[in-house]
Amino acid sequence: MVAEDLKLAIRGLSVVFTRRRGGTVTAVEHLNLGVRDEEFVSIVGPSGCGKSTLLRIVAGLIRPTSGEVLLDNRPVEGPGADRGMVFQSYTLFPWLTVQGNVEFGLRLRGTPAEERQEVVRRYLDLVGLRGTEPAYPKELSGGMQQRVAIARAMANEPAILLMDEPFGALDAQTRSVMQELLLRVWEQTHKTVLFVTHDIDEAILLSDRIYVMTSRPGRIKTEVAVTLPRPREVSVMDTPEFIALRQRVHGLIREETLRVLDEERPTGGGSAGG
Amino acid sequence: MKRDRPGLLARLSEILRPHEPISRSAYLAGVGASAAGLFSLWAILTYGGFVTPLFLPSPSDIVRAAAALIADGSLAEHTWASVSVIVTGWVLAVLLAVPLGILMGTLKFVESLVEPVVNFVRYLPVSAMIPLLILYIGIGTSQKVAVIFIGTFFQLILLISDVSAGVPKDLLDSAYTLGASRADVFGRVLLPATLPGVMDNLRITMGWAWTYLIVAELVAANRGLGYMILDAGRGLFTDRIFVGLFTIGLLGFVFDLTFKRLHKLLLPWSPKI
Repeated sequence: MVAEDLKLAIRGLSVVFTRRRGGTVTAVEHLNLGVRDEEFVSIVGPSGCGKSTLLRIVAGLIRPTSGEVLLDNRPVEGPGADRGMVFQSYTLFPWLTVQGNVEFGLRLRGTPAEERQEVVRRYLDLVGLRGTEPAYPKELSGGMQQRVAIARAMANEPAILLMDEPFGALDAQTRSVMQELLLRVWEQTHKTVLFVTHDIDEAILLSDRIYVMTSRPGRIKTEVAVTLPRPREVSVMDTPEFIALRQRVHGLIREETLRVLDEERPTGGGSAGG
Repeated sequence: MKRDRPGLLARLSEILRPHEPISRSAYLAGVGASAAGLFSLWAILTYGGFVTPLFLPSPSDIVRAAAALIADGSLAEHTWASVSVIVTGWVLAVLLAVPLGILMGTLKFVESLVEPVVNFVRYLPVSAMIPLLILYIGIGTSQKVAVIFIGTFFQLILLISDVSAGVPKDLLDSAYTLGASRADVFGRVLLPATLPGVMDNLRITMGWAWTYLIVAELVAANRGLGYMILDAGRGLFTDRIFVGLFTIGLLGFVFDLTFKRLHKLLLPWSPKI
């Protein structure tokens, strides 16, 4: 891919953490990836591969040790409203109503009240929560809170939406409803999304492309194009194409998990590439 | 099988399940039983002549003493003197400890500046500092206020620091990704996020402030509930000691209730209510 075509480009990214008791851990090593405009891209990988770290670097919340992150060809220096993020944990501000939460970013920018009202209405509509404006987060279920969090991030109209296992804390039923909702939201908005998950089905259902990461130190092991036609329905998960993709991605992650298990044996150690 | 009137044993076993809620009537019955039990025990001991009034005056003795203290206006005067000292000392402690505690829990550097000092002073008995306080600020009302201040400030600052350290990092990070500056994160996220915990600790430390009352009114006091109790003790007016204790207990109860009400009123979103 040519860099200029990309909405988001990550080049030669490495993250080395210093341990408290001395020594260093390489979380991410020389990682390259790109996301095109209006593309939904997922990152999957074995647990601890640094996929959440990667997302936080794009958000500007963590500084990489080396390498660069470019959004619309401009380097990312710190956090900003052009990269909205939805977290796995519930992060709605409990002292603000749903309305107050969704318009939080707009208020910071000094958007006038009528316009804020309009935007809040539009995005609550999008996530199917019109009418909950005066409610406080504690009155909402976990799934509803995450929907408001999505509306809050999107109301800011970021260039890219970063999602860090946004449905990871939800029960299986709610999770599948949320995946369907996000699918519908994406098909209406075509927002550029970088999505981190360890749920392979979720990644395939939602994405145009999937990056599979190696186990620590995290690198891109391979890239899988999801060729399933859009608009998609949940029923696509029963098609042979979907099942073939699932097997392939599953196999790739399993390789990594096994590699780690092998290295953890007393004879192993080090960080041989894979 | 008829099950509409469970036996006493069955009802008792219903009430004694660990961590299970019980009916409101059962709860109120418990409250009533404990109050009635204590009161009857007290009445039997005193009216029955089992203990001398010098150790434990009867309920009517105490009511009589209270009536006399109310009638000559001294109870109101003592109460006002104590309440004003406690509230002043406590408010000063709150005004300093809350912002400092929030900063301490949020910024590691402030923690490094404040924590060693606080942890050192926290273990010093307030009464041991009275000679210094007299030397520095004399024996007037400000000395009494200072005792309350020292008693609450160093505890409160650590409690508030814990509250602000407990604000989830993801909450701050969410604000950053919505375009918030560092000042926004402090003012619009950290501060409101700490309010329920701050409110709780204000209530708790107000209780502690009352426990320093005797210490505060130990030196050169001529008014206040603590003074009244000390003075009654010197004259062996046990009934007046009990009037003082009941007054303090009642005031504490009222303050506690007020804080709980305020919490509900001011922070309707709080997860703690």
